[in-house]
Amino acid sequence: MVDISVNGEPRAIPPGHTVAALLNSLGLDPRKVAVERNEAIVVRSQYDATALDAGDQIEIVHFIGGG
Amino acid sequence: MDTLIPVEDAQLGEDTWTVAGRQFHSRLVVGTGKYKSLEETAAAIEASGAEMVTVAVRRVNLSDRNAPMLQDHVDPARYTYLPNTAGCHTANDAVRTLRLAREAGGWNLVKLEVLGPPPHLYPDMPATFEAAEALIRDGFEVMVYCADDPIAAKRLEEMGCVAVMPLGAPIGSGLGLQNPAMLSMIIEQARVPVLVDAGVGTASDAAIAMEIGCDAVLLNSAIAHAQDPVRMARAMKAAVEAGRHARLAGRMPRRMGADPSSPLAGLIR
Repeated sequence: MVDISVNGEPRAIPPGHTVAALLNSLGLDPRKVAVERNEAIVVRSQYDATALDAGDQIEIVHFIGGG
Repeated sequence: MDTLIPVEDAQLGEDTWTVAGRQFHSRLVVGTGKYKSLEETAAAIEASGAEMVTVAVRRVNLSDRNAPMLQDHVDPARYTYLPNTAGCHTANDAVRTLRLAREAGGWNLVKLEVLGPPPHLYPDMPATFEAAEALIRDGFEVMVYCADDPIAAKRLEEMGCVAVMPLGAPIGSGLGLQNPAMLSMIIEQARVPVLVDAGVGTASDAAIAMEIGCDAVLLNSAIAHAQDPVRMARAMKAAVEAGRHARLAGRMPRRMGADPSSPLAGLIR
């Protein structure tokens, strides 16, 4: 397993796991979130092609109520 | 049954405003925060008639994946989402947050706010300038929350911000417009839309903002923290329309002393 951080929490994923696989395993709808990997945006069209590496810092965000 | 019947525009001509090439009929922009539930959020926004809503960008709660999402209640296909930078204190934070928003929503129109510390949460203008510059360079169309400072507002406009949004009073204070003279100066010189953002507490405040010539009003707490948010949303819609009509109508001159409304001729003797 490979250790990464998702939204500040440690998480272990299988080697070769992609962003798409991560979202799927978290039960998140890719159309409703945005993903940042090590402070760089991962565009939605690249979710399938982006494999995660050990130590990656992932942020997954969505829109919430705000003023 | 809707009993609020606005003066029909057929007679008065269409009145719209445009920001960054997008045209809006409603001059009320509302926040989506502080509501008791997403259902209440949706109902209040519907009642407000707003076409643009501000939203925040936050981490997904990974421990509660089935938590309802804003988009399920406030349809981004129907309302223009205006993502904000609430909570960002540096240009870098603001750029990161809005790049994520752009990816999540696919648009460039954003609300920049860089705030100082509590209890005032006053706009931090040096940090706002820096963030505005970075965002504009990155291709964003920036509607910017700012101090009621005509120099700062002009500078933001000249930098390329698509709207300037001075405060009427501190965020969430509901104190009403404390600075109509300063706002008027900003409005007079601006060549981009001016919105009062923050400070509106009740309907008359929103009407005053429109009467002094704002292009639109942005508010959140005044509706969300009202006893009956849906009713207050309706009040704000009416107030913004009333204030806009009053502005376009041109108010009567103020005079010291009375001027009778009924003719004095023809009185019985």
